[in-house]
Amino acid sequence: MYRTAKGEEIFVIDGHTHFWDGSPANQKNIHGKQFIDCFYAYHSNLSPPSEKWEKEKFEKYDAKTMFDDLFVTGYDDMAILQPTYLTDFYKNGFNTTERNSAMKKSHPDRFILNGAFDPRDGTKGLEDLHALSEKHKLKGVKLYTAEWRGESKGYKLTDKASYKYLEAAQKLGIKNIHVHKGPTIIPLNRDAFDVADIDDVATSFQDLNFIVEHCGLPRLDDFCWIATQETNVYAGLAVALPFIHTRPGYFAHVISELLFWVGPDKILYGSDYGIWTPKWLIDKFMAFEIPADVTKETGSVLSMETKTKILGLNAARLYDIDVEAQKKKIRMGRGYAHLPEAVHAPR
Amino acid sequence: MNGDAEGSDGPRNRPTHDSRQAEVWACLQGVMDPELDESVTDLNFVTKADVDSKNRVHIEFRLPTYWCAANFAFLMADDMRRAVGALDWVEGVGVVLGEHMYADKINAGLAEGLSFQATFGAEADGSLDELRQTFLVKAFQRRQVALLNHLIAMGHSSATIVSLTLTELGRLPVDDDGEKLFLRYLERRAVVGQPGAAALAFVDAKGVHLKADGLAGYVSDLRRVGINVEFNGALCRGLLSARFDLETPFAPKSKTLSAPPDTQHVP
Repeated sequence: MYRTAKGEEIFVIDGHTHFWDGSPANQKNIHGKQFIDCFYAYHSNLSPPSEKWEKEKFEKYDAKTMFDDLFVTGYDDMAILQPTYLTDFYKNGFNTTERNSAMKKSHPDRFILNGAFDPRDGTKGLEDLHALSEKHKLKGVKLYTAEWRGESKGYKLTDKASYKYLEAAQKLGIKNIHVHKGPTIIPLNRDAFDVADIDDVATSFQDLNFIVEHCGLPRLDDFCWIATQETNVYAGLAVALPFIHTRPGYFAHVISELLFWVGPDKILYGSDYGIWTPKWLIDKFMAFEIPADVTKETGSVLSMETKTKILGLNAARLYDIDVEAQKKKIRMGRGYAHLPEAVHAPR
Repeated sequence: MNGDAEGSDGPRNRPTHDSRQAEVWACLQGVMDPELDESVTDLNFVTKADVDSKNRVHIEFRLPTYWCAANFAFLMADDMRRAVGALDWVEGVGVVLGEHMYADKINAGLAEGLSFQATFGAEADGSLDELRQTFLVKAFQRRQVALLNHLIAMGHSSATIVSLTLTELGRLPVDDDGEKLFLRYLERRAVVGQPGAAALAFVDAKGVHLKADGLAGYVSDLRRVGINVEFNGALCRGLLSARFDLETPFAPKSKTLSAPPDTQHVP
């Protein structure tokens, strides 16, 4: 819960969090080491110095640290757990639904547990998706199209197998498809970050929402073009948002382009925890205004109403969260006990 | 191309080792990261470019992440090899990519002088030509929008801008920044079709002349291409700096998005 100087309460849903184990003990090979090292480079490069973690803590943090960073020190009211399996790189996987489900079990009112699928897993994978969905009542999945699987170095959403899985997701009521584009999609001579396959499936699956994590970066330009033509394509802010500290000028341009092309109702805040933490991201975001010269170019303004949508209301709509009811639940569970009286006092 | 260049036994002046070394760096300065449209030396990718006693050049480079796209990595390596191999005294060029998921494969391919397709076999289904062209067009658009913004800010009307020929554009009085933007644009103008001397300066990606009444909308459409590249450039510099703990991290280049990248690099 973020409370403005005027006392307005802003309900925050963090669209992108992880409970991972990237520790050397869990690494299967050099790729596992390089994967967490790459995350750490993102973390150390874009975090304010005071928010930088030691490498060891970054590789593996415990459940209490995560809970405190999100909900006690940080302003999150709820957080979506997005799995990234990477079983070719990590012995027990990097950040599986199973691992995340422990967090959900301890704090059912605070977490939304998403699943995952990989179209290369064939019929068995489809059965697993059914079981996973039944067990956790999934409303969303996270797809990592660049995941290595044996000889394969990734897949496309337009693959025949992907269509089967998306059809299954639709039937199961899994309506939110979070997509993270990574490199190494084959064939290797094509653009590894091409977002055209999202355009294709967004047209074919009108009842599904496609939340493109990292707003299509490094193809922000192509992504904006697609998102403006499809009503069911959303932008996840993770990775773009931390630039608010190191390069506020770039962030101003990026957010104003997103507001211009994608619109205020289709942008979702995400911390990408543990790469970054909600406290500083939201402090800076709430204090941020798009400079006049950029507004003059795009007409985009980051109003209080827009910030409220980005920070929570848009995700609440996608995940059928009744914000007032949810606040009550969290309050009953003493989730706001650490906040000043005025905020958690019942009305 | 390289590797089997003829010996330079002619009676001309033999350059010193230092000047040869400087020539190599100057060559590399002209090799661009296709995605960022910035020089591989300005980006700090090249860690070594040594000339040995037999006039063979040994180049080493690394990228911001282990996962950077293999195709761009290969393109840059191949471009470096060609650029340096074109120097008449060079007897061979070795390019080695470090700490990358495809380093072994790419290095083996480069050592044998293989094409991208031959290097990657079944993992690729054709050449890199289309990819290269896609990013050359983006570079053209980014350079064009930077120049257009500059001209608009100087007070030139839409009607004037769209009617300028390349020659007239070159004669416009501009400051240093404007001159740089013009030269950078000129370097990529042929990407969308070889212009004649009297050709109009500004055409779109399909080679169609811009219209005065649609210019504002056209510029605003292109804006996102420029922002994307600038943003990726900042991210890549930052990641490289964090990954290799560079003593001097990336320096903010400019407050304006339309400014060209730094051009000086003294190896």
